[in-house]
Amino acid sequence: MIWSNILIYFVIVPLLVLGGLAFSKSMKAIRTVVVTGATALMVLAAYLVIEFLQIRAAGVTDEMVLTGSWVWYAPFNIHLALGVDGISVVMIVLSAFIVFAGVFASWKIDPLPKQYFLWFFLLSTGVFGFFISIDLFTMFMFYEVALIPMYLLIGVWGSGNKNYSAMKLTLMLMGGSAFLMLGLIGIYFHSSANVNELTMNIVEIAQNNAIPHSWQMWLFPAVFVGFGVLGAMFPFHTWSPDGHASAPTAVSMLHAGVLMKLGGYGCFRIAIYLMPFAAHELGWIFLILTGVSVVYGAFSACVQSDLKYINAYSSVSHCGLVLFAILMYNTTAMTGAIMQMLSHGLMTALFFALIGMIYGRTHTRDIRKMGGLMQIMPYLGVCYVIAGMASLGLPGLSGFVSEMTIFIGSFQNSDTFHRVFTIVACSSIVVTAVYILRVVGKLLYGKVQDPHHLELTDAVWHERFATIVLIAAVAAIGCFPNFFESIIKDTFTPGGIYDGILATIGQPLPWM
Amino acid sequence: MDYSQFLMMPQELGLLLVFLLVFLFDTFLPKKAQSSLSIFTCVVFALFTIANVFMAGNGTSFSGMYEQTSATYAMKLILNAGMLIVLIQATKWANSEFVAVRRGEFYELLLATLLGMYIMISARHFLLFVIGLETASLPLAALVAFDKKHYESHEAAAKYMFTAVFSSAIFMLGLSFVYALAGSLYFNDIAVNIMGGQSALLIVALVFVISGVGFKLSLVPFHLWTADVYQGAPTAVTSYLSVISKGAAAFAFLVILAQVFGSAYSAAWEWMLYAVIVLTITVGNLFAIRQRDLKRFLAFSSISQAGYIMLGVIAGSEVGLASLMFYVLVYVFSNLAAFGVIAAIENKTGKVNMDDYNGLFKTNPWLAFSMMLAMFSLAGIPPFAGFFSKFFIFVGACHTGSVAIYVLVLIALINTIISLYYYLLVVKAMFIKQDECVIPTFKVACSEKVALIITTLGIILIGLASCIYTYLAEAASNSSAMFMFIH
Repeated sequence: MIWSNILIYFVIVPLLVLGGLAFSKSMKAIRTVVVTGATALMVLAAYLVIEFLQIRAAGVTDEMVLTGSWVWYAPFNIHLALGVDGISVVMIVLSAFIVFAGVFASWKIDPLPKQYFLWFFLLSTGVFGFFISIDLFTMFMFYEVALIPMYLLIGVWGSGNKNYSAMKLTLMLMGGSAFLMLGLIGIYFHSSANVNELTMNIVEIAQNNAIPHSWQMWLFPAVFVGFGVLGAMFPFHTWSPDGHASAPTAVSMLHAGVLMKLGGYGCFRIAIYLMPFAAHELGWIFLILTGVSVVYGAFSACVQSDLKYINAYSSVSHCGLVLFAILMYNTTAMTGAIMQMLSHGLMTALFFALIGMIYGRTHTRDIRKMGGLMQIMPYLGVCYVIAGMASLGLPGLSGFVSEMTIFIGSFQNSDTFHRVFTIVACSSIVVTAVYILRVVGKLLYGKVQDPHHLELTDAVWHERFATIVLIAAVAAIGCFPNFFESIIKDTFTPGGIYDGILATIGQPLPWM
Repeated sequence: MDYSQFLMMPQELGLLLVFLLVFLFDTFLPKKAQSSLSIFTCVVFALFTIANVFMAGNGTSFSGMYEQTSATYAMKLILNAGMLIVLIQATKWANSEFVAVRRGEFYELLLATLLGMYIMISARHFLLFVIGLETASLPLAALVAFDKKHYESHEAAAKYMFTAVFSSAIFMLGLSFVYALAGSLYFNDIAVNIMGGQSALLIVALVFVISGVGFKLSLVPFHLWTADVYQGAPTAVTSYLSVISKGAAAFAFLVILAQVFGSAYSAAWEWMLYAVIVLTITVGNLFAIRQRDLKRFLAFSSISQAGYIMLGVIAGSEVGLASLMFYVLVYVFSNLAAFGVIAAIENKTGKVNMDDYNGLFKTNPWLAFSMMLAMFSLAGIPPFAGFFSKFFIFVGACHTGSVAIYVLVLIALINTIISLYYYLLVVKAMFIKQDECVIPTFKVACSEKVALIITTLGIILIGLASCIYTYLAEAASNSSAMFMFIH
């Protein structure tokens, strides 16, 4: 029975929240519904982790556990196929955290709180649905469900040049998904050597490994670019700064924290998982692009003066690092990539939450017009410093763990090409320190620029709660990385389906 | 003559019965009872539609001139569903001050055209086909001119009349070439006789046939009448033109191309259709971007939608047929939802401009919500039905496996992004833009509300409930004989 699978509840709970919201009249009722929903998701996520660890401890070595499959569209062999491995579990936990914190960060959303949370939870439905699915069709469907609410969330509740940003973001992401859809159709028609057994189930496709090499050579770029747009890969990243700058706080959090991870996860799970041949042949092209993302994003962040723009470019840099590490095709770097997704998701959500809280008080995001905030609102100031330290990779916080793993893994590729790019990408750490410290210096220290700021107050309880949840998570990853690593690492154990891609380690690049 | 042959056509007979009942009601009942004609028609037609679900029995009659397959049953059922919604939607308008005296004619003409479309779909002889085509086209010209008080309505009717007649003439010229080639007008005979011979005359005949039907479907470059006619005609008629008339033409087009010219698929019409699809989708989309009048806007959007529908034809297989039927069904619901909102607002305030819709969400949230669902469904956003129909029609086209078709699908996909842009413009107007002179809050008439609820539920459920597509896929695979000349 479908109801006995715990995974389906990650979609059902947000849908129930949508239903509950439709009937809530007062602000109090709305808050009760959304907090209940977000808490339920957190509990589910915690339960999932325990369940997953127990299953692994019991010695189950299947790629996907907690699987279930129910026929949906028989003529195309489309199933509602559910299943998770360590990576999905980690992503689900991340999403639950961000949704939970996001609810508290948008405690006083105005106007139309009901509609806001409707779209917010529709977006979450898409995100969770994407992570629990292992069927190409349902994955793609949930992926698009997660994208479209952004248009209205930014358009209605955003600030600044919101019409332009919302349209740009939507069109670019949907443009990416157009390529993606073509790629998925191509994969479907080559999913099995037997034309009567075409399937959409990614595990089956990977096991069949029947996609002809000539087809892989163009299906891989289509899928990688399709997801890469959402992963803010250079040169398809331009939606990200505008979009984040205009979005309301919680939406920025959810978008940078979770939605951009859909891109990395998709590249990993569909493009590389299903097409290892092309991944090896063409990976270096995307490696160059993501390398540019990492460095370019960091340098761009140095010259911005809008807090949200700084953070959006910083996201481009950090998300670029995720794709960069995935393309290194070795266990260490890939583990690092997943850790980086987790770390960046939490840390960026924290950043955007803080920026939203500061903006809500000062009504400006221009760092030139602010200063000395540490003495005015010490709580927010300290949180900002913590987020900044996590971002520039201070040991003990999450950024250090993930970036260290990535760079060690990347350096394991012994050829000059990979090493040069690893060194280039490493240099972004220095640049990150520059822009983080620049903001911290101008914004928090120095003298107060605007006398009106002296009357401002520090964080209130729901703001404190949202930030504490995120900081706790960031610190937890930084202090106990082994726990998270142990969840992820099963995916890469030899004998699994990642053998195809991991076998290419050390092989020369196609043009060498 | 064996009269039992008529029993092969239960849907046509049923529709004729509905027609006669409406006619008798209109003619013989006293003036006072007349005002319930609308409800009477809706109820009778609803009963007829429900009865349709249970009709079955494949076979041919009239020495093969007429054929019923499970696919034709399904096609007619789809048209019925759309017709029912159109009838419910039109109730308020049909009872309005100027139309009420002629509402009997409105319903009778509408039902007559539907009968013509039934015959188009089931005809297996070109003579019968042309009869159906004309029965479907000519009453529509009268319907387009129904708004007697408006000059635009007359102009639109004249344009529609001329193009309809002109396209019929071209179509029949094509038929005469076909007759010269094959010596018969039976679909099956032609298909057998033209097999193997790829003469220049066949190409010319195909060009004329495709152009003739292309006018009905408003494929580019035969689309120039569409926007003016859609804008000028009464909204109830426009919605009928844009969904039912177009859907029926698409079904008939598929039957003709696959069943009659199937053997010339790869040699001739695949490439003609390829070019026409690229043009139709792109031109329709690019012109839609600039439209401010929502009826013109939907006219261009429906042009590009016709291009997507044609992807099901170019697939030339059962999968294509099933996807095409599904696409038309979804398109019927989505477009009628959009027209339902437009009609409701037009009947109340007379406004049809996109700028008038600014801030609609604040004053009439449910109308704005329905319109948004319609736009998302037309753009192919999940979880609404349009996403599923787009996905399936692309899969159906790619089923051919040729790289050229993949390129075509890519072009279509890029066009969905353009279309998303202009559909979002409507959403933006309703939800994001603010305006001083917004449309005030008003109560939507009961009939319009019912129609909107039906269409909205359809948009949400048709995709999620897989049984509908499965039913259509089964109907299509039972009628796979249609494609025997392609493979």
